[in-house]
Amino acid sequence: MAILVFSEESDGHASASALELTSKAASLGEVAVFHVGEGSADTFAELGAHGATSVHHMDPGDGLPAAPAAAAIADLVAGDAPAAVLFGMGNTDRDVAGRLSARLGKPVLAAAADLSIDPVRVTSEILGGTQQIITEATAESPALVIARPKAFDAADTGGPAPATIAVAAPDVGRSGSAVVLERHAEQHEGPDLGAANVVVSGGRGLGGADNWHLVEELAAELDAAVGASRAVVDAGWVPYSLQVGQTGKTVKPSVYIAAGISGAMQHMVGMKDAATIIAINKDPDAPIFGIADLGVVGDVHQVLPKLIEALRART
Amino acid sequence: MKIAVCVKQIPDPATPYELDAESHFVVRPQDQVLDDTDRYGVEVGLQLAEANEGTVTLFSMSPSGSLQGIRQALAMGADKAVLIDDDTLRGSAALTTARVLAAAIEREGFDLVIAGTESTDGSSGVVPQQIAEILDVPALSFARHVEAGDGKVTIERQTASGYDVVESPLPAVLAVTSGSVEPRYPTFKGIMGAKQKPIDTLTAGDLGFGSDDVGIGGAGQDITAVAPIASRQAGEIIDDDGEAHLRIIALLQETKVI
Ligand SMILES: Cc1cc2nc3c(=O)[nH]c(=O)nc-3n(C[C@H](O)[C@H](O)[C@H](O)COP(=O)(O)OP(=O)(O)OC[C@H]3O[C@@H](n4cnc5c(N)ncnc54)[C@H](O)[C@@H]3O)c2cc1C
Ligand SMILES: Nc1ncnc2c1ncn2[C@@H]1O[C@H](COP(=O)(O)O)[C@@H](O)[C@H]1O
Repeated sequence: MAILVFSEESDGHASASALELTSKAASLGEVAVFHVGEGSADTFAELGAHGATSVHHMDPGDGLPAAPAAAAIADLVAGDAPAAVLFGMGNTDRDVAGRLSARLGKPVLAAAADLSIDPVRVTSEILGGTQQIITEATAESPALVIARPKAFDAADTGGPAPATIAVAAPDVGRSGSAVVLERHAEQHEGPDLGAANVVVSGGRGLGGADNWHLVEELAAELDAAVGASRAVVDAGWVPYSLQVGQTGKTVKPSVYIAAGISGAMQHMVGMKDAATIIAINKDPDAPIFGIADLGVVGDVHQVLPKLIEALRART
Repeated sequence: MKIAVCVKQIPDPATPYELDAESHFVVRPQDQVLDDTDRYGVEVGLQLAEANEGTVTLFSMSPSGSLQGIRQALAMGADKAVLIDDDTLRGSAALTTARVLAAAIEREGFDLVIAGTESTDGSSGVVPQQIAEILDVPALSFARHVEAGDGKVTIERQTASGYDVVESPLPAVLAVTSGSVEPRYPTFKGIMGAKQKPIDTLTAGDLGFGSDDVGIGGAGQDITAVAPIASRQAGEIIDDDGEAHLRIIALLQETKVI
């Protein structure tokens, strides 16, 4: 095993980051995956198709997975040390990476946008994407790396079904005593935010939850996914699953429309790689205009209704 | 209930950050402010302390000599602070930070440790989980809506598709999100009172760390290159004269979205 990739099940699939990282790792060497969740032949086959030759599978049941997963991975890498263990930025990914780091006494190389091995070097963007640094792991292998979402492309290369190895969740005592009592999935309509070709996002400039329908109506006309800034997620207008940015989703659509969003660096890291960015903001000095292909200095309450109206009139 | 809240002091985000040419670390001025991310942790701690006859002790590691950020958190209502301030800590990686904080917290005793989800300047987002592993307790991350009492803590944990309700016995570590609570603003009385509150200042050595264990030497990683990234250029900026939506439609047509 040259590289171990962490995968958490979501909606009956391997996480998007696991598929991206498996594809990247397969270009560097032999890939094993550590998969947490219920698991299924289809999920494992999907990982195999992206280049994994083996999948170690742990089903944590209702236990919070991070502590037993970190212990199991520590056991696994103690035998045949891979050059690196790769994580995405999902919540469980980060939990496991942190715990594993403390367990192994090794640092975590965070926010990787690119990666090479021998020695392990990661390229990451810091200070809101204005500077790029290259960090080299100097401790003994494995290096622990957390990669940015969409840093690498997931590629189904038609690999065969991987060998699957069931791993029992180790008893980690007190650390493993947290349990999941309920799981709530929010219903959502329209295309998936992470994969959509067009994203319409709204910010605090919308003025209130009552005006959010403008964002939704525009998105519906463009067959777009709806996104949001953290300010409106925190205000409770929309669920966290719509948040775009450093602590939310990273999107790379063909077109990103930002309405009433100032353009804080933590928001921009999540959308600056969109092919075309359109921003509407009443403040001519809003930072979002610094990266927009088309910036409209104006009031969202004027521009959005007219835009929606005009799009409707076309069809 | 003994509540430990981790608070980081950071260079004021309102002024652009600079990297030291030689070490490649963020230049840290003498006076640093409370990371906005940690105001949420302080607020959650204060609310739980009010509900459970608890105390709130702040823990901060900052090799800078700054007290400003800690005073901001004390002014919100925390009881006291433990500051680990030592030049040998400069350049420490997240794991070293976690080891130092965990040692200080363990020395003081705790039922609950509260941290932010990710710091504004470091944003590795792993310090809370590292602390939990070192202290051998569960870590409940991405926590919004926290309740604690009767020897346990229950949270709503944000997930990519919604949220989970997670419960853990105490002691435990929480990493709270900015959606959890509305942090209070310090009152004038709070600001004045903060000056009298005890701040216990420790060195890494006081906690049993040698100078090779911490700082750059103990980091296990090395920044080998730094380069500016060519930023995306601003495009066309127009004032809305009542017809701006037509320009947007034209661009959507050009990009073949419609
Ligand atoms: C560690 C950390 C992580 C973070 N992670 C994220 C993240 O993942 N995603 C994220 O988005 N943020 C994140 N943030 C928060 C970020 O710093 C900003 O606070 C947030 O993005 C601001 O949201 P906003 O643009 O909607 O609100 P504001 O900054 O308040 O901007 C509102 C904008 O609307 C404009 N406006 C007001 N009225 C109108 C009108 N009628 N018409 C047109 N324009 C109008 C204003 O000019 C202003 O520019 C994070 C912060 C930290 C510290
Ligand atoms: N030097 C520090 N002193 C105190 N708390 C810290 C420090 N560094 C990180 N933390 C805590 O850990 C959280 C996550 O930080 P990070 O892992 O750096 O993103 C922060 O919100 C703080 O609560």
